[in-house]
Amino acid sequence: MTEREKPTAVGSSEHTPTEGAIRGVSCPEGGLHGTTVGVGVGVVGVRLRWRALVVVGASAAVLVLAVAAHVGLGSYHISMLDVLRVLSGGGEESQRGAVLDVRLPRALVGALVGAALGLAGAVFQSISRNPLASPDVLGITWGAGVGAVTVIVLAGTSGQISGIAGALGLPLASLLGGIAAGLALYGFSWRRGLDGYRMVLIGIGIAAVCANLVFWLLTVGDVTVAARAMTWLTGSLAAAGWSEVPAVAIALLVLAPATLLGARVLGVLRFGDDTARGLGVRVDRARGLLVLLAVLLASVATAAAGPIAFVALAAPQIALRLCGVAGPPVVASTVLGGVLTVLADLVARIAPGGVELPVGVLTAVLGAPYLMYLLVRSRREARV
Amino acid sequence: MTSSASQQRLRARQLRLSYGGPPVVDGLDLDVLNGTVTAVIGPNGCGKSTLLRALGRLLAPKAGSVLLDGARIDKMRTREVARVLGLLPQSPQAPEGLTVADLVARGRHPHQTWYRQWSSSDDEAISTALVQTGMGDYAERAIDQLSGGQRQRAWISMALAQGTELLLLDEPITYLDLAHQVEILDLVRRLNSERGVTIVMVLHDLNLAARYADRLVAMRDGQVLADGEPGEVLTERLLDEVFGLKAMVVPDPVAGTPMVVPISAHSANHADGEPVAEVAERSA
Repeated sequence: MTEREKPTAVGSSEHTPTEGAIRGVSCPEGGLHGTTVGVGVGVVGVRLRWRALVVVGASAAVLVLAVAAHVGLGSYHISMLDVLRVLSGGGEESQRGAVLDVRLPRALVGALVGAALGLAGAVFQSISRNPLASPDVLGITWGAGVGAVTVIVLAGTSGQISGIAGALGLPLASLLGGIAAGLALYGFSWRRGLDGYRMVLIGIGIAAVCANLVFWLLTVGDVTVAARAMTWLTGSLAAAGWSEVPAVAIALLVLAPATLLGARVLGVLRFGDDTARGLGVRVDRARGLLVLLAVLLASVATAAAGPIAFVALAAPQIALRLCGVAGPPVVASTVLGGVLTVLADLVARIAPGGVELPVGVLTAVLGAPYLMYLLVRSRREARV
Repeated sequence: MTSSASQQRLRARQLRLSYGGPPVVDGLDLDVLNGTVTAVIGPNGCGKSTLLRALGRLLAPKAGSVLLDGARIDKMRTREVARVLGLLPQSPQAPEGLTVADLVARGRHPHQTWYRQWSSSDDEAISTALVQTGMGDYAERAIDQLSGGQRQRAWISMALAQGTELLLLDEPITYLDLAHQVEILDLVRRLNSERGVTIVMVLHDLNLAARYADRLVAMRDGQVLADGEPGEVLTERLLDEVFGLKAMVVPDPVAGTPMVVPISAHSANHADGEPVAEVAERSA
């Protein structure tokens, strides 16, 4: 037999006699510390990325400026100084009314709703590993639409829901509709694990079903009711007042920190499932929780202002490019979502022509070309 | 290698594995010897990768158990396992544009918590891993811009940063050219000798498996047919049994480890049958 003839030595360290123990390579610390910095106090520690810090800081500054501009600009112009005066408790009566009762709550709701959408989009895109996955494309906002339009039609047409029930019922119904669509999405996409591509395809299917339910409801309802429903369906901040602020703010205060804490896991979930498990992540549980949080964020936002299109799609992708990272960065996506929405609403409000546009029209007009760009770009990558 | 089986850290007992259908692996026993490099060989579909997935806790056994330090691995917490045992899937996916430094930093995940997402020991482990794999100069390069060999080294760096004493590699050299295959296996060997990492890998190339592994586990139809040093395992009879392959086994002229030379219809025709018979005679 052959084994008798050959040396007894089996593979051991003698394979690498010509090679040094460690290749002569410069220490990577320059690279590692050039782009990120570790900050630690006691047992608490976090790694920060310089570029992301700059992006988040700059975006936050732009957000503050955008809100200020939103409050000041318009057919009734109020100077920055007067805005500050009103906010500190002074100012003329008419200015106080315009700033405190109308424009400030609207700008704040816009910022909060946009932030929730940006964050939800970042989570969906990371989990599905697909830049096209956003609450609009995945049918979450259409699900919320079914809930809202049902209430609008029932309240307007047959008077089955009226008064306070109608006012409270609309956001509640759209919230439930969004959650239902989210559960359906997760349930149908899950086959011994979650495949991002299947999730997008199923989401498109859910969006189509919900959209047709909405159109059916519009056909059934009165013409005047249908018009009201259409305004809601385009996504508008025109009716946003102080009553919307606490609900959205509280929801964000609970959901956003929970989601941001999950961001660490999100970074690992962007790898394949096996790699993520190998790194100690309970993949299905983590992903389920994060999807639930993202669905809630998107549903709350939609309940407050209607389906504002493309913010959730665009904000994470813009944040990703600005920060120069591989996956959507959650904090930057959140802030940029707010910036996009407030700026879009500002333009929609003061657009020339004298007709105020719903913010959703503007984000859709801006977002559609961006979606096409993403599609063209992803096809090109698929071919490489 | 003389230590008794109960002292081995990673063991499989009467393991049955399936993906919902008939069992892919059934009644399998295996002890991974501490501090060695083990290569699992066998024909396509014999259950090699399935076994590796079970050893890495990616697949729960239908019956029997995988024991890590004496405890059933499927009952352990994912994170606890990840601190002791690292694994590299067959073709791992990374998000587009991810840099090597970011990839390797993810290896620290099992050592971090939501409040301690960074500590100085993370930076040390990452730097050491990058230096050991020779990827220090590529830290800021995107994974998708690297060559196949560099990419595989980047992934191994991540597994190193994880700092585990056990490492499972599923076909780490598939899709690489021969030079890069040798480079990766040299690296694997060095991790074993310098860091004392116990390594189990699935390999298709029998000659490289024989050269680089301390131990070969030959599988067919979900069973272990042979398990031992390459010289004991890689015999002509076993190659016939496991792969249905007629081959000669001669000493590798470089390393002296067994080398498989297949005897095919083509080679017989080509050489008119004569030389084959001649060499076969000599080796017998």
